[in-house]
Amino acid sequence: MAKSDNKLKFSTGAVIKEPGSTLKNKTGGWRAMRPVLDQSKCVKCGTCWMYCPEGAIKKDDKGNFVIDYDYCKGCGICANECPVKAIRMELEKK
Amino acid sequence: MPEIVVEASRAIALGVKLCKPKVIPMYPITPQTHIVEALAEMINNGELEAEMIHVESEHSACSALLGAQAAGVRTFSATSSQGLALMYEILPIVSGNRMPSVMAIANRALSAPINIWNDHSDAVSARDQGWIQLWVESTQEAVDTVIQLYKICEDHSVLLPGMLCLDGFTLSHVYERAVVPEQEQVDEFLPEYKPYVKLDPEEPITMGPIAFPDSFMEFKKMQQEAMLNAVEKIKEVNEEYAEQFGRSYGNGLIELYQMEDAEHALLGMGTLVGTARVVVDELRKEGHKVGLIKLRSLRPFPKEDLIKATENLQGLAVIDRHISLGYEGPLFSDVRSALFESDLRIINFIAGLGGRDITQKHLRKALLSLKEGKEGGWLL
Amino acid sequence: MAPSEILVPGDKRLDIAKTKPTKKGLKQVRIHGRGGQGAVTASQLLAIAAFHDGKYCQAFPSFGVERRGAPVEAFVRISDEPIHVREHVYEPDYVIVLDPTLLSSVDVARGVKEDGIIIINSNKPASEFKLGTKAKIETIDMTSVAMEIIGKPFVNVASLGAFAAITNEVTLESIFKAIEQEFAHKKEMGELNKKAAEKLYKMFKGE
Repeated sequence: MAKSDNKLKFSTGAVIKEPGSTLKNKTGGWRAMRPVLDQSKCVKCGTCWMYCPEGAIKKDDKGNFVIDYDYCKGCGICANECPVKAIRMELEKK
Repeated sequence: MPEIVVEASRAIALGVKLCKPKVIPMYPITPQTHIVEALAEMINNGELEAEMIHVESEHSACSALLGAQAAGVRTFSATSSQGLALMYEILPIVSGNRMPSVMAIANRALSAPINIWNDHSDAVSARDQGWIQLWVESTQEAVDTVIQLYKICEDHSVLLPGMLCLDGFTLSHVYERAVVPEQEQVDEFLPEYKPYVKLDPEEPITMGPIAFPDSFMEFKKMQQEAMLNAVEKIKEVNEEYAEQFGRSYGNGLIELYQMEDAEHALLGMGTLVGTARVVVDELRKEGHKVGLIKLRSLRPFPKEDLIKATENLQGLAVIDRHISLGYEGPLFSDVRSALFESDLRIINFIAGLGGRDITQKHLRKALLSLKEGKEGGWLL
Repeated sequence: MAPSEILVPGDKRLDIAKTKPTKKGLKQVRIHGRGGQGAVTASQLLAIAAFHDGKYCQAFPSFGVERRGAPVEAFVRISDEPIHVREHVYEPDYVIVLDPTLLSSVDVARGVKEDGIIIINSNKPASEFKLGTKAKIETIDMTSVAMEIIGKPFVNVASLGAFAAITNEVTLESIFKAIEQEFAHKKEMGELNKKAAEKLYKMFKGE
């Protein structure tokens, strides 16, 4: 049986009153393949950032794109879309 | 306000106006249209401060009803027949989200064949979707009930949506006398709407999350508990209304007529009850000990009250204005199930489908058939 | 408030009808017209007029799919006591026929009581109408009056003046009140209708 990830309190109408509670659900643990971004090849076009379905790619203070491994599920869309092949998928070692 | 002669649809709109809904999503369908037409006029004339949303379908009307209620305001809509059917996808979402929206259903047959006239197939088919359903007999009862519904539905022990069910044309298009309450009276009876929870960017919350198999049943159980709470709430609100406005309808759930010493009785919902009153009086003059039970609340279903009300009866004829094709009248199924442990003989008549007039002759025949030990059937 | 107990038969709170319905004093009216001639409006005005006379009333259309020109029926009940019955009117005390051309296709005498009255908008004498009923037939030329006063063949509202004079079931004063109320946004038309109703009333009363 599937279990809920968030322990829902049985509130009237199943309302979750705590905002942003989904951040507690770190989906990075689901990853089988790990994207690795080579900053030396990256042209900072933002394509990976745009395509990431999880919003797990962020831009840091220097304008570099970085992957948030807490939430990246390893789908590989970023690697597939990168026009300069700066992202490679590696087998996740845990 | 003094008594006026008013079309039932307009009277309902006047009742709704007194409850001050802020959003009224609507899509026109006969015979409901006069209700929202009247509301549109009131908004246009500045008599009612509300937003009317002209949506592109009943599916959207119900969705907007849900959305507006979730944003924290009192809402109203109205529909009929296939219009309600098109709302079906959203009906259990409104109730599952525990949004106390109120909607009028001017009951009309479901097609096909196309038919614009009254029967109960639309709302009775939707009875399992977690909406309170109160069925009314007269213009006065319609006005009073729409005001009561807001109070019942919004109570924090209930928090469920409600349908005001009235017979299309047979009641919706009738002009008759009715007292429309004063605004101050209604303000006193029905406090300003305070949502138990609302969507607000300043205080973000999540509505409508997924519930996994390990929690879904608990939420359904909570809805069932709310429905059971509504049984008491409907009675309470009926009594409070009587105190403030001087009118009540039985105990809120059922109403008994000439039942004190009755041996045989009719049970039904809506306008047929009015005609049945006259039939009961006529048969009483002829020496028959007959009575009448008006079912006002189909959901929640007043099982305990029905058991009490029928204790001394010998026979009961249930008149259904709908048939669960492949079985029997659904009201009959409910009533018989509630009275399973009694020895009462219960028979079923299917009547008044697609606007077929339910006449005094029909109801007389039903009562006499019951008394003579005959079976039920179709009152054609 | 204490939670309410289950009410048992005999409890006064369960019987709302303070006055028991009875046929005593109940009068039923059927109005025949064609779609667009205003039979339904006439029924509503008659109900409102009866109310102004202190009566209980009920008006409703025959619930057809409205089409211009198709035969239409509207019903009115007037009573000294609350009206509970919701069936159609099958045995009218009075019938109003707004358009005499209906007589060839509609049985306007259907179910009318033997001591009832059928009021026909016609310039012919009543004796020319053989409707197979013992009910009294009265004719009155509503169309000519409407053409003269309103300038159009609108007889629906004016017919109530004739109805008041012939049946004495409502007062002309209350019909005027009902017209003023329902024509509040079309005062001029309301006044013309009042005049036409009054003329028909006086024509029948021989004033």
